[in-house]
Amino acid sequence: MEMLEIEVQSLKKVDIVKLKGRIDSANVAEFEGAINALQQQGRHCLVLDMAELNYMSSAGLRVMVSALKAARNKSGNVVVAAPTTNMVDTLKLVGFHTLFPHYDDVLKAVDSF
Amino acid sequence: MSSRPSIPSDNQGNDAVLTVPASLDHLRLVTNFVAQIASRAGFAPEQVHRIELAVDEACANIILHAYAGQAGGKITTRVHVQPGHRLVITFIDTGKTFDPDEVPQHDPHVDLDNLKVGGLGIFLMRQAMDDVRYEFNVAGSRPDEPATFNRLTLVKHL
Repeated sequence: MEMLEIEVQSLKKVDIVKLKGRIDSANVAEFEGAINALQQQGRHCLVLDMAELNYMSSAGLRVMVSALKAARNKSGNVVVAAPTTNMVDTLKLVGFHTLFPHYDDVLKAVDSF
Repeated sequence: MSSRPSIPSDNQGNDAVLTVPASLDHLRLVTNFVAQIASRAGFAPEQVHRIELAVDEACANIILHAYAGQAGGKITTRVHVQPGHRLVITFIDTGKTFDPDEVPQHDPHVDLDNLKVGGLGIFLMRQAMDDVRYEFNVAGSRPDEPATFNRLTLVKHL
C-alpha cells in the first residue's frame, strides 16, 4: 500500500518539504503536522516538492490553503515545485494552479523567494 | 420481482460489490477496488485518477459526515460497467442525511482572502465525474438492502 513520506530540508530562508506517495483523509494529519510544525517555528517560506507525490485529495488541498493563508500573513509564501501529472490535474480541477505559484523544479521554486 | 427505482444499472448480477466498515482505514481499499475495475474497463490513467479522486471524496464524506460520531456504520460500493459506454458507481450508507445544496459552493476563481475550504470535496467530485446524484431515505427493496438508506451515484463516460 502506497504511503506518505515527508522529508524537510531547511535552507537559510526556505524550507523544502518533499512529499512522496499520496495524501488523503487517512494520512492528512502527517502532512498537516509537518506544515504546522514549520509554521509554528516561524518558517513561512515553503516549497512543496511534488515530484514524487502521485495523489492528493481535498483533505490535503485544505491543508495547502491554510498553510498559504498563514504564510501570506507573515509575508511568506507556499509554492509548488515539479508537480506530477496527477497533481497538475488535481490543482487545476479546483483552480489552485492560479492560487499557488508553481515551478518546474525545486531550484527555481527556491529562487522565487 | 420488484422493480428498482431510478438505479442506472440494468444488470445487477454482473456488478462488483464491496462492503467495508465506514472507517478511514478502509478508504484506500475502496478507491483501489474501483480504480482497478475502471482500468480494466478501458479508462485512461488520467481518467482513472479522476475516478479515484471522486470515490475518495465520496467515501471520506460518508465516513466523516454521514457517520460522524457513530460506530458500526458500513459503506457498500457497487460498480457497474456498461462496456464501451460508461462506469456507474453507487455508494450506499445508512448514516445522517444532508442537503447537498446547503454545502458551501467552492469557487475555483475566488482569491485567497475570500476562499472558504468547505465544499472542496463535493466540488472535486463533480468536476471529476460526468454525473453526481444524491438520493436520501431510499426504501430498500431487496433482502440484502437496509430498510432505508442513502445512495450516491457517480457516472463516468468512457
